[in-house]
Amino acid sequence: MSTDSTTGARDHARSQVRPATMRIPATPPDVDPSRLLWAEAVPPGSYATRVLGRGTRLRLIDPDGGACAHLLLFRSDAPWERLNVADTVKVPWQAYLRAGHPLLSDQGRVLATVIADGSGHHDTLCGMTDAGRAKMLLAAIKHGLDIRDVAPSVSLFKGVRVGDDGTLGFTGSAGPGAAVDLLIHLPVVVALVNTAHPLDPDPALTGLDVLAWRAGDQLTTPVNAEPEYLRALFNTESTWAAAQTSEVFE
Amino acid sequence: MNTRELTIVRDEKVDACGPWSAIVRAGQTLQIIDLHGNQAVDTLLYGVAGDQVDHGLRYSAQATVAAQRNIFLSTGSVLRATNGTPLMTIVADDVGNHDTIAGACSKESNTLRYGHHTVHQHACAENFLAEGAKWGLGKRDIVSNINFFMNVPVEADGTLGIVDGLSAPGKSLTLRADRDTLVLVSNCPQINNPCNGFDPTEVRMVISAHPPDVAGQTAHPPDVAGPTAP
Repeated sequence: MSTDSTTGARDHARSQVRPATMRIPATPPDVDPSRLLWAEAVPPGSYATRVLGRGTRLRLIDPDGGACAHLLLFRSDAPWERLNVADTVKVPWQAYLRAGHPLLSDQGRVLATVIADGSGHHDTLCGMTDAGRAKMLLAAIKHGLDIRDVAPSVSLFKGVRVGDDGTLGFTGSAGPGAAVDLLIHLPVVVALVNTAHPLDPDPALTGLDVLAWRAGDQLTTPVNAEPEYLRALFNTESTWAAAQTSEVFE
Repeated sequence: MNTRELTIVRDEKVDACGPWSAIVRAGQTLQIIDLHGNQAVDTLLYGVAGDQVDHGLRYSAQATVAAQRNIFLSTGSVLRATNGTPLMTIVADDVGNHDTIAGACSKESNTLRYGHHTVHQHACAENFLAEGAKWGLGKRDIVSNINFFMNVPVEADGTLGIVDGLSAPGKSLTLRADRDTLVLVSNCPQINNPCNGFDPTEVRMVISAHPPDVAGQTAHPPDVAGPTAP
């Protein structure tokens, strides 16, 4: 096909769609397709971002066992409020993410809660490689942010454990098919980077699947009854309610 | 080891609960002296060019612990910027174990940790913001910090927490600047946990310059801490 003219180039460009194959993660069988908001496969070495509203359930899947999802969260309506990894481990008295663990902002609020975890191999301590940070910086810049906003991150699907003497041990992946679900409590910019874990001695990166759907009804059912979490929910709910201009809070 | 006389550049006390900041030039050392024992010294580092902060060259707890494959800071720990650049190195340490995963206290996180009656107590985040503003730093520049003299073990199941400290009156550590570095400090005002022995106290900061060695390079500081607490 000739591309020596605008019409030829246009025909060539448009013809590329027909034979292309693009894998899209399947809608989970228990999710009404009309509630689906986001379905994207993130290849190794790439990244994805989306603004997600309050009451969204975000599912990250490691279909082939080699993904590493580095995550940052920023309040989309106030991006200087962002994931604070130190508070996320200190406030719940727990360094290892698992179901029920809140992802806290620096303002004492819950940006998201881990509400299901089929992996158990995650890390809050090590951050990203240079390649990962470069992608995260691009994700941040696309939302009007800059290098100051690329703060400490959490990493899903690759685990690290701390020894008695403080040493860090890499525990790798839980294997193919693991999924982690986050419930979004406040409108956020989600920035996801699928790059190697910095302690992975032999990274064999594979794709990361992302799904999100409306699940606002789940906001009313706390998955964690610890006092710190309930106070964080109180701060979150009261802040959200106060900012609304109508009687409809959801 | 070069034993020629060093020059005291600054020798200051930081008020209990107060902030402090200073640029430590490449090759200079900063000795932090825990005058009364078990006083957490929350610390952030930023690379500077002249007196201008490089916002892209700030301390990274994650880069630091990943590079040394250990969460505890002590002698030999290189305190790195996000891209791995060494900012400072711990060259002497009387305590042996300092935290960098538990972050700074804030009024907001105090409400989660201790209840809403603590929301108007002073906190490290307030010190960082107020002192950082003097250098053009804003909220977005504040990240996970170092907590010198604070003891945060992580148990096998991931449980972690601030427990009684390992420091004692007069114990100190010494940092060597690997490049010109702004040191931003909050002398922690927390009264709800043992990080300050439930009694915040003053600390002493001594910046020293070291004579060049015979090869014309900046000398490494002595292995033992220089000035001692009174």
